[in-house]
Amino acid sequence: MEYIDRLPSMDLMRSEKMMLAQLILPVESAHRAVSYLGQLGLLQFRDLNDDKSPFQRTFVNQVKRCAEMSRKLRFFKDQIHKAGLMLSPHPASETDIELEELEAGLAEHEHELIEMNHNCEKLQKTYNELLEFKMVLQKAGDFLMPDGNHSAAQDTELDENVHINSDYADSASLLEPMRHGYGYMQPGMSDQFGVKFVSGVICKSKALRFERMLFRTTRGNMLFNQAPADDPIVDLASNEMVENTVFMVFFSGEQARKKIHKICEAFGANCYPVPEDSIKRRQITRDVLSRLSELETTLDAGLRHRDAALSSIGFQLTKWMNMVRREKAIYDTLNMLNFDVTKKCLVGEGWCPIFAKTMVIFILDIFHNIADSQVGIIFHVMDSNESPPTFFRTNHFTNAYQEIVDAYGVAKYQEANPAVYTVITFPFLFAVMFGDWGHGICLLLGALVLIAREKRLGSQKLGSFMEMLFGGRYVLLLMSLFSIYCGVIYNEFFSVPFHIFGSSAYKCRDATCSKARTIGLIKVGDTYPFGVDPSWRGSRSELPFLNSLKMKMSILFGVSQMNLGIIISYFNARFFNNSIDIKYQFVPQMIFLNSLFGYLSLLIIIKWCTGSQADLYHVMIYMFLSPFEDLGENKLFWGQGVLQVILLLVAVIAVPWMLFPKPFILKRLHTERFQGRAYGILGTSDMYSDDEPDSARHPHGEEEFNFSEVFVHQMIHSIEFVLGAVSNTASYLRLWALSLAHSELSTVFYEKVLLLAWGYNNFMIHLVGLAVFAFATAFILLMMETLSAFLHALRLHWVEFQNKFYSGDGYKFKPFSFASLTDEDD
Amino acid sequence: MYGFEAMTFNIHGGYLEAIVRGYRSGLLTAADYNNLCQCETLDDIKMHLSATEYGPYLQNEPSPLHTTTIVEKCTLKLVDEYKHMLTQATEPLSTFLEYITYGHMIDNVVLIVTGTLHERDVQELLEKCHPLGMFDSIATLAVAQNMRELYRLVLVDTPLAPYFSECITSEDLDDMNIEIMRNTLYKAYLEDFYRFCQKLGGATAEIMSDLLAFEADRRAVNITINSIGTELTREDRRKLYSNFGLLYPYGHEELAICEDIDQVRGAMEKYPPYQSIFSKLSYGESQMLDKAFYEEEVKRLCLSFEQQFHYAVFFAYMRLREQEIRNLMWISECVAQNQKSRVHDSVVFIF
Repeated sequence: MEYIDRLPSMDLMRSEKMMLAQLILPVESAHRAVSYLGQLGLLQFRDLNDDKSPFQRTFVNQVKRCAEMSRKLRFFKDQIHKAGLMLSPHPASETDIELEELEAGLAEHEHELIEMNHNCEKLQKTYNELLEFKMVLQKAGDFLMPDGNHSAAQDTELDENVHINSDYADSASLLEPMRHGYGYMQPGMSDQFGVKFVSGVICKSKALRFERMLFRTTRGNMLFNQAPADDPIVDLASNEMVENTVFMVFFSGEQARKKIHKICEAFGANCYPVPEDSIKRRQITRDVLSRLSELETTLDAGLRHRDAALSSIGFQLTKWMNMVRREKAIYDTLNMLNFDVTKKCLVGEGWCPIFAKTMVIFILDIFHNIADSQVGIIFHVMDSNESPPTFFRTNHFTNAYQEIVDAYGVAKYQEANPAVYTVITFPFLFAVMFGDWGHGICLLLGALVLIAREKRLGSQKLGSFMEMLFGGRYVLLLMSLFSIYCGVIYNEFFSVPFHIFGSSAYKCRDATCSKARTIGLIKVGDTYPFGVDPSWRGSRSELPFLNSLKMKMSILFGVSQMNLGIIISYFNARFFNNSIDIKYQFVPQMIFLNSLFGYLSLLIIIKWCTGSQADLYHVMIYMFLSPFEDLGENKLFWGQGVLQVILLLVAVIAVPWMLFPKPFILKRLHTERFQGRAYGILGTSDMYSDDEPDSARHPHGEEEFNFSEVFVHQMIHSIEFVLGAVSNTASYLRLWALSLAHSELSTVFYEKVLLLAWGYNNFMIHLVGLAVFAFATAFILLMMETLSAFLHALRLHWVEFQNKFYSGDGYKFKPFSFASLTDEDD
Repeated sequence: MYGFEAMTFNIHGGYLEAIVRGYRSGLLTAADYNNLCQCETLDDIKMHLSATEYGPYLQNEPSPLHTTTIVEKCTLKLVDEYKHMLTQATEPLSTFLEYITYGHMIDNVVLIVTGTLHERDVQELLEKCHPLGMFDSIATLAVAQNMRELYRLVLVDTPLAPYFSECITSEDLDDMNIEIMRNTLYKAYLEDFYRFCQKLGGATAEIMSDLLAFEADRRAVNITINSIGTELTREDRRKLYSNFGLLYPYGHEELAICEDIDQVRGAMEKYPPYQSIFSKLSYGESQMLDKAFYEEEVKRLCLSFEQQFHYAVFFAYMRLREQEIRNLMWISECVAQNQKSRVHDSVVFIF
């Protein structure tokens, strides 16, 4: 027992010892002190204002200001993104600026930017209008001077119009020969018949509905001409290019004009007056064009100006964002602190690992010297009834394994951590199911690539799948190494056996090897030195042999891992000084498991060593059914019958042993404590009220001891263990099943795809066979089988291993740290 | 096949029902309302809402907030959720979801028509429209001069067209007949929706007919109260009541001849479900009636979530969210106008 105590402590075995510390900070220097602690990142503040809503807390205004600033920063980021500029990843190394300065600066920048945007928008709007006007003018020319070709496809009404038009033109030409032409006659016509027109631009997607609406309102008494606009126009609202249509509506009557204008307005169509006179039109077009080119230069200059402003902001944006994020975190933390009675100090409480105590004190001392404040920061340790958070110091390598365990449940404070064993047992059990050194090498290459690029991949954002792979790269590494090892033992390389360790121990009976499958081989040399003899492959007894081997092996692994679990429960009980658990839980559990399945493992090993032909099923089953019967030919060693009876008796005794004593002892202990309670409680509560008025230890009432509940709980536990011993052992047979499935699947792909293709003497068929084989290997064997073996290994750890000892009801240590703040709100 | 929805409902409706129940769990609770009622400024409200599901919609609003912005953003969230559900929905759920918006459509039509009548700017009116009730050519409503034109030009393309059959007249539009039009449309809409739900059958029909009957009865009471003292004849009033609901047909007869609020009360108290609502009010009071009806409605809507495999949860969710937005609007208004004592007057707690 002393030996165990003298063992060196394993860092990962127990979570860090924690302490509850109280900090008393002078109000004026609290902000900076907290920022120092944030840089250290080893103190988890407790929320002392839990009952207050966020806007009733002390520093709510500062938090609001930070939120406002981060809103501005998001606005800048958005603008920079829209302008197609890049954020500079490395922030400019300027001197630190104060928050107030930054706030003012940001406000100024925002104001400037909004103004610039506004101007740009105004210019853009004018530009768009001019552009549309130009298009309308161009198209209007076509509408007003339709030639035969153009209007051939138009409706007959138009043709009629044109007809009338041309007739009229002919007669009119006599009067005014100078103005000969259809276009010029249009005004004359409109004067005479009261036909007017409205022209404008409408979004292409709305054009059809627009036309229908016009038709309905005017009851068909109008003529709608449209032509697609040449260039798309930037829509100001969505900043996208929009296809437009130029239209021209001919109608008659004042009433109709009003309605049409209203409809245009409703559809967001921009109307532009087009002079009917072509000379005037040309003149206006010229005008518009010159103004357009002017505007274009102004617009460009404006954009350049804005881009320059944005890139100067972008240069520092990352830095500002970090700063604001930190400030917000600091104020959020300050909001968790309480004012003391005098309102001059802030009182904070937090969890801190004991090893970090000196560091925290050191930092605060330094701060005190720098700040040169009159009142120092008081840091002292309090005691608490609350369970401290769980904190494991992990590194790159162990982190993934700790995550695997945490995914099931975070360890109770100072509880034995299964991750210590998971580091090896997890990849090993995986490999038992994934034993193939060809596949193992593929996995290894993948893992090595991930590890080699660790620096680069670690700094960038990955997709969820890649993130998972990258996070588990060291798990992958060990999994691949172990599967190479297991693959060598199974002697499978993409399911092909190799003679790595010398030649096979077996030989054919004759030179032709014709009877190899029916009568079998003869043994000539020594046993194959390592792993499975390659001659087993393809032989008649291959499957019975491998099944027997893998099944027994799985039981051995299972029994040893479950034993390990129970032994860890012993260390847990010892650590927490719980002798009842050792005596009435650990001991009977050990006895029960080992008297049944430990004995089975012993039989397996004896059978392997002696080469006996005994039937182990028979032995185990008749051990229960008729324990006193003679074993006959199944006897493996002397005294086996007696031993079996003893083991069975011990196992039967172990069940009530783990069921009954514990609840009764707990009940007795409770009544004893209850009798002596009056003195004990009085003494302690007095002591506390004297020296620590604001201690975190709240005197708590005696818990109700409910015997029936405890008893039922214990009963459930015992039954679960007894049944679990059987079902969990059976559950480990999945090792055999998956390993069998893996090897059979890879054999099928090898023989039925690759070898089949190689049977033909055709290069193309070879190629196709190879491709199918490669895809099957990569996707089915390397990806899906890996996943399934991973999940089964996970289950074996979470259920079969951890339920023996792990309670997993703790909570994680989340220190206030700037390092963990990155990008969480983006 | 009543009683067998569980077998087939989840094939098409399971995903969306899960979604809508998830949305429902995001509704503000009484604790949230208590906190909101303690807010001093609109920024406080924004800060509190940023911890709820409204957070992403409000976080980019610059600081001097207005009540309209808050309401607009909250409505935007509702609309986004609705659109998400609508795009995922298959028949007949998609039709059911569309039915939910027709009420808003009627309101929007009335808003625009009334607005144009009073020469308001169309763009300004459009901003006031509820985004759920928008349809393509809504802006062209301004062109119409009378009901017939309204129908022929614009509404013939919308799902509201069938509801118009009863109110096509060539009379020019004025406030009175717009209001009559609204109620006629609403009547037709409710009846159609009711028929549609009956056609769906099962739990949907059962729960929706209860909810819609309540809606119809509430409208009947409101119509009665609002038409007391106007030139609306009894016969016309009678025509505006929907032809289903708890009050149909005998209650309608009584309501049609009511001349003051106490007579309405007398008519309504014969119906046990409404007795409790009217028993809360003192005689002659109609101010708090709205709130009492809203509370009763919220209660019924919440109950519809107790049953599974039916569409009424979608209707209930949309209504509850709208109630929540009304609550937020009231709270924000009270906070903005320093009338915090009145904050509890109109807030209907949902949970």
